[in-house]
Formats: sequence, C-alpha cells, structure tokens
Amino acid sequence: MARLHLWLTDDAPASRWQAQAGQAFRVARSFARSPLAMLGALIILVLVVTALFAPWLAPYSPVGQNLGERLLPPSWAHWMGTDELGRDILSRVIHGTRITLLIVVMVALISAPIGLVIGAVAGYFGGWTDRVLMAITDVFLSLPKLIMALAFVAALGAGLQNAIIAIAVTSWPAYARIARAETLTFRNSEFISAVTLQGASSLRVISLHVIPLCMSSTIIRVTLDMAGIILTAAGLGFLGLGAQPPLPEWGAMISRGRSFILDQWWVATMPGFAIIVVSLGFCFLGDGLRDVLDPRQREGR
Amino acid sequence: MAAPTPPISEGPRARHRAWDGGTAVLRFATVTALTFLGLLAITFFIGRIVPIDPVVAVVGDRASQEVYLATREALGLDRPLLVQFAIYVRDVVTGDLGTSLTTGRPVVEDLKRFFPATFEMATLGILIGVSLGVPMGVTAAARAGSWIDQVIRVLGLLGYAVPAFWMGLVALAVFYAGLGWVGGPGRIDIFYDGVVPTVTGLLTVDALIAGDWQIFRNAVSHLVLPSAILGFFSLAYIARMTRSFMLDQLGQEFVTTARVKGVSPRAVIWKHAFYPIRVQLVTVIGLSYAVLLEGSVMVEIVFSWPGIGNYLTTALLRADMNAVLGATILIGTVFIVINRLSDVLYRVFDPRSR
Amino acid sequence: MTEPLLSVKNLRVEFPGPRGPVEVVRGVSFDLGRERLGIVGESGSGKSLTARALLRLIPPPARVRQEALRFDGMDLAAMSERQMRRVRGARISMVMQDPKFSLNPVMTIGSQIAEALRVHGTLPRGQIRARVIEMLTQVRIHDPEHVMGLYPHEVSGGMGQRVMIAMMLIPEPDILIADEPTSALDVSVQAQVLDLIETMIARNGMGLILISHDLKLVARYCDRVLVMYRGEVVEALEAGRLDAAAHPYTRGLLESVPRMNETRRLLPVLDRAWDTEGRGT
Repeated sequence: MARLHLWLTDDAPASRWQAQAGQAFRVARSFARSPLAMLGALIILVLVVTALFAPWLAPYSPVGQNLGERLLPPSWAHWMGTDELGRDILSRVIHGTRITLLIVVMVALISAPIGLVIGAVAGYFGGWTDRVLMAITDVFLSLPKLIMALAFVAALGAGLQNAIIAIAVTSWPAYARIARAETLTFRNSEFISAVTLQGASSLRVISLHVIPLCMSSTIIRVTLDMAGIILTAAGLGFLGLGAQPPLPEWGAMISRGRSFILDQWWVATMPGFAIIVVSLGFCFLGDGLRDVLDPRQREGR
Repeated sequence: MAAPTPPISEGPRARHRAWDGGTAVLRFATVTALTFLGLLAITFFIGRIVPIDPVVAVVGDRASQEVYLATREALGLDRPLLVQFAIYVRDVVTGDLGTSLTTGRPVVEDLKRFFPATFEMATLGILIGVSLGVPMGVTAAARAGSWIDQVIRVLGLLGYAVPAFWMGLVALAVFYAGLGWVGGPGRIDIFYDGVVPTVTGLLTVDALIAGDWQIFRNAVSHLVLPSAILGFFSLAYIARMTRSFMLDQLGQEFVTTARVKGVSPRAVIWKHAFYPIRVQLVTVIGLSYAVLLEGSVMVEIVFSWPGIGNYLTTALLRADMNAVLGATILIGTVFIVINRLSDVLYRVFDPRSR
Repeated sequence: MTEPLLSVKNLRVEFPGPRGPVEVVRGVSFDLGRERLGIVGESGSGKSLTARALLRLIPPPARVRQEALRFDGMDLAAMSERQMRRVRGARISMVMQDPKFSLNPVMTIGSQIAEALRVHGTLPRGQIRARVIEMLTQVRIHDPEHVMGLYPHEVSGGMGQRVMIAMMLIPEPDILIADEPTSALDVSVQAQVLDLIETMIARNGMGLILISHDLKLVARYCDRVLVMYRGEVVEALEAGRLDAAAHPYTRGLLESVPRMNETRRLLPVLDRAWDTEGRGT
C-alpha cells in the first residue's frame, strides 16, 4: 500500500501510464476530500438506484387511489402522508425519480451534443462560420430561458415530451459558448496541425480531436445545469404544462397540493423536498467536479 | 487537402478593447437591434409552429371555404414566410401585438396594465438581493474556507436548488397563515383596492403620492414576502459571483502591496479588493435583475400577483398566443436591454478600458 | 554589543503537500543592521518567502515557525495583527517585482501613495499632497502633479517601479525589502531603479534587503550576500569577496556568468552532483 501510494504521488513519473494513474489518483483524492462533492455523488447515486428499482422500493402503487385514506398526515404506514385521492405520497415521490431522471438525461442528451457541435465547428473554422453561429447563440443566450421554454410548450402543447424539447431548445447555447472557448485555446496548437498535415478531414479533426477535448468542461457545465433543468421542468409541471396526471411528476404534485397547503401541508411540501435534495445533489456534484477537474473556471458562469 | 487556416475571429474580446464613443454607440445599437430581431424571429417561429390554425381560431371551424380563404388573405397568411415576418416585425415595432383572446383588449394595453406590478415586486427583490448578497459574498471571500464561508456557499447553492413556487407556497403558509406577519396573496387587501388614484402603477409609490399611510403599509405588507423570495434567489447568485470575484482580487499582488503598506484588513477588502470589482458586479446585478424578472412568473402565480407572469400563464393555459408572445417579447426586450446596458456600463466605468 | 535592527533565527516555512508537509524555507538565520544585505538564489529557493515571512504576510495553509524574529527590540512573532500593521509600511516595507501587478489598477497613483501616509496618520491631511509631490520628485518623476492623477496602466514599467518605491519610502521606514525589483523591467531602466534605491537608502540611513537571482547585481549593490539553495542559506559572503566562495553551488553560479574577454568556448552549466538530497534536473 505504502509503495503504491509513493508510486502514485511521484513528482517525476517514469512512464506515461504512471503519470495518468497518478493524475487520476490526485483527482479522485481531492474529490473525496470535499465532503459536499461526496454528498452530491451519494445523492445522485441514490436517485439512480431509486429510479431503477422504484416498483420494488415503493410501498404502494403510485396511482392506486384509496378514497378512504384521503389526506392522511405522515405516519408509520404513510411516511409522507397521502394526497387528496388517498395515494401514498412517498410511493409517488419514489416513482417521480424516474420522470426527473428521464427529463435531465433527455435534456442533456439533446442539448449538450447540439451545443458541442455548434461550438466546436464555430471555434474550429472561425471567420464567418464562427460569426454567424455565435450570433445565433448569443441571441438565444440573451433571452429569458424559462419564458422561452414556456412559450415553446404553449406552442407545442403540454406534455412531458414537449417539455423536454422546450427545455433542450433553450439549454444548448451555454454549451456552444463553452465548446467554442475551449476549442479556441487549442485551435492553433501543434497537435491539430499535425493531424491536419496527415490529411485528416475537418470532420475527422472535429469529431476525433476537438470534441473529445471539449468534453470535460461541457460535462461539468451540464452537471451544474441539471439543477436548473429540474427546476424548470418542475415549474412546467406546476403550471400544468409538463407531465400530465396521473404521472407522479414532482412539480405537478406540488401544484395539486397547493389547495391544501394550509391544512394538509405535507401534500405540497414533500415533493418539494425531493426536488431540493436532488437539485442540491447535482449542484454539489458539479461544484466538486469543477474544483477538481477544471481549476481555471472556478465559479465562473 | 489544404488545412483550413482562417483567422480566428476575435469574438467578444474585441468588444472589450478601447472605448471609442462613436463606433461604440453604433455597435451597441447594431448588436441590440440584431438581438431584438432574433427575439422576434423566435417568437414568430413559435407562433407558426402552433398546431392551432390561426384562421380557424378567428372564423371558427364551421366557416365556408370562401370566408376561410378571405380571412386567410386578410391575415396575410397566404404570403411568403419572409414577407409575413417583415410585416410581423413592423407590427411589433409600431406597438401592435395583436388582441388578446382572453381579455379582448390589445395586448399592448394589457401589458401596460400588468407590468408595473411585476416591476414593483422585482425591484424591491433586487434591492434585497444586492444589499444582502454583496456583503455576504465579500465576507465569504474574506474568510474563505471558514464555517461562515461554507454556510454562505450552501445558502447560495440552495438558491439554485429550491423551486421558487414551492418556496412561495411554504412562505405563505408560514408567514401569512401561520404567523400572520404579512399580507396574503394579491397586491393589497380588497378593502383598499382602487382607493388611491393610479399615477405610476406602483401601489406603494401611488399610496405615498396620495399621502395615505394605511394603504402604503398594507401594500408593503403584501409586497414584502414575494419580493423577499425573489431577493433570495438573486442573493444566491450575487453572493456567489461576488465571492469568486473577490477571491480573484484578494489573490492579486496589489492586495499584498496594500497589506505591506499597513492598510487595515477592512480597507484592504473594501477599498482595494472590492473597488475594482464593482463594475463586474454591475454586470452581475443587471443579469440577476433580468433573471429575477423571469423568476417572478412563478412567484406571481403563487401569490396571485396581478403582473406579467400571471398574465402570461393565464394566456398560456388558454392558448392565447398573442398574449403569450406579447408578454414573451416584453420580458425578452427588458432582458436584452439590461444585458446590453450592463455591458456598456462595464466599459464606461472601468478605467482600464478607457 | 547592541542588538541588531532585525534578527532572524531558524526561520521555517512549510506547505502541506500530497506526501505530508513540504518545507520550503528550512532554517534561515541572519542579522541586519542599517546596511545592505543581498539574498541570492534561483526561483524556488525560498528567498521571496523569507522576505514575506519577515512581514508576516504568508497566508495559510502555509505554516511559519521561527526561534526568533526580532525587530528594533520587539518580538515580531508575538505581535498581534494590529500591532503588526503598525510595523508594516511604517517600519519595514517592501517593493515587489512587477508594478503592473503590484499597483492597484483602479486607483490613481497619487491616492495610492497618499494612502501609505494616511494609514499611519503621521501627517495632517493638508500636508499629504505636498509630501506626495515631494516624494515623487525625489524618485525623479518630472511632472509629479500630472503623474499623481494617472492610473498605473498609463505609466511605463520603470516609472511604475519608481512610484512603488516612492509609495514604500514615504512613511520613512527603517528597512526596505526589495524583492526582485527589476526583473520585470526593461534592461535599460534596471540600473536606474537600482541606483535610485541605493541613493534613497543611503540618504535615509536605512537597512536594505535586496532579493535577486543575479549574484553579480546583488554583489554590486550590497555589503553582504546570502546565497540560498533549496530553502537554506548555503553561504554568507562579503560582497567584495565573491571569489572566496566555498560552496559548490555558489561557485557554479559564478562560473556560469560570462566574462569580458571570454575565452571559454562553452559556458559551464550548474552541476548539481554535490546535491545528493535533491534530484538534478
């Protein structure tokens, strides 16, 4: 153990493999030393596990109504109480993890690649390509995201799928900016010239060399944005524009609990806690990742 | 194949070079106009992807073919898209946003009526956010790593993690229903509604103009909770950015110089480290004001606040697209103007960029 | 025998590292009177940290320890931060490497210099301006009234450094630390700045600690020279007797300097074979 530790922390690694292992070791260790980052990772892990095993973890059905047990306060039988249709809130929150996870994953899978490609292309080609693409990006960036998402959903019609599309459409510009900035830092470096001199096409250079190098900063940014995506999705759900009943979407659940907030506080507050915990988890994780992987961009927006 | 070696565009960095009056104003105008055009292009696009047929919306689905076509022509929907867009831009610029299906009035008039309420709430919100967020960020940076820094950091992250509408509900339940410290939903108790003449549209200001303290107090008691919630969210962002700017400055050599001179820690922080970042902060505050206007949509719904947000969401649920797009254009325009203004202020006030 | 003006005994600075604390200054001791002391060493040898430790300006997580750190009969190590502030600037001050970074970019030169006076409250307000102008004239700035209103980015590096010197000398301290005061400057103005420091020191009868990586330069402007290597003082020399150097590192430094009428075809590079602890690079 002691020798392995010495080998990993050697100032002058003897091989490339040792250097990479040492680097990974340092990253992992400084990540592990940040309690908030670890907490964030733990929360996300729990979220994923809960979403995967929701049917086995939830004590009741998320949609099964039981009008005899309406609006019960939290108890041993119903840890988070029941809602106005007698459904177990805990079970609905547990099943809600699937919807939340689906939204963030889909938004990330749609918007991050769009942003990456636009940014990488703009940064790599420069000139007019860059100017036009960045002008479009800047227009999107200078518009209010939530309002635009609302307007898109209004046009497309309410529903989970359209909510995902609307959020994705308003999220990509930030990634394009980051990818472009990153591309510019190594656009003129030797290794890019070397690859192009070997006859690689622009498509090849961008997809095999430029985009992979932009990945880490984009991933950090996506993680940091997750909380915002969750909040926007919950907001759409709250307005009745996102997931439709009887889906146990957290924002929609809060919306239904609104009428009972004074007497049956748990109906609206419980799903809110779920949103806060998961969003905080992503914030902590993103913050930790940035501190570890990308010390240059600390705290930037 | 020759490698593509075009000159790298200077991008935004070029904008931060010398401040040259004439060209700068021209540039500001062009960029603002282009961004505004972009906004209109998006709202136009959204208006076109609506699955509802706008002609049917006007004539009803039982109209004859001739009436349908005539209306279609009257609405200009038979012309090429680009022409339609040009007409749309002309209409918006001349202040014609169409008529709202919900209220039956021109959208522009509706916006004029609803905007002051939003403005009042958002402005008090940003005042709260700045007056708490800046000192918090400075303190966190000055004691980086201490428990107080951690508390501020978590508080700041909470601003990114708590849904505004949820917080509004809980706050209403606690401070209005539970403790009775503040007024409930709405801008004012019904009893006082419409008593003072409307001058500015800001109830607190109008009450002061009328010299009616009772109404002023009542309006403030309604205003303070939603504003505080909005303030909390801008506080989170402002404190976080202030902290990172300050950390940046505190690591600079000139801060060491000040300490070498024997300057007190207080003066090192506020005079030497804080002074240079005040311009950056203006940008951040501008941006968070814009974001706060946006966030007011959710808070307004919870507080039944008769502002743009409520207007927008009511319209949304009734598929009243003229009203939706009108409100979107208004908020978008304010957003753009604030963004651009803070960019300009940056260059006017920083001696290095003169 | 009277106590020296400044006395440092067994000064140590350590930083936390991945394998436990790393000591960067390892037991430095010296005395300083109203004389000129040079500290020479390569980058990373701990010379700048030593200087900052004298002013107690080393931030955590670094740790500073010493057997003694005495100045003018006072124990600097035991002082409160408040007491220490009365020493900084007023009694011991420091000129740093690059005026581009060490002057506040958004304060005018005049107000930065005036602040050095104001914090120690030695002069009534009305006289501060006159004193600043006088000081700027002393550092050979021709149009002081104009320069006072300028921002640091509007003056050249050489002038910036003269402003820095004016700012550090205006409260009339007893010791000036100059940490690589010329390495960021144009070669043509380096000598001017050093000559200026020399003159001012002599006029006020102060002590000087000149820190540099340039052995010859330090020897020219100082009475005594300490050579630092890997956090330790490896040699202390009279400035006039550099050839008496015994330590292989100092000898190596001297050898690698080109001479007038050079006869060697290749200049020798530093040979660190004697250094069994550190790894050669």
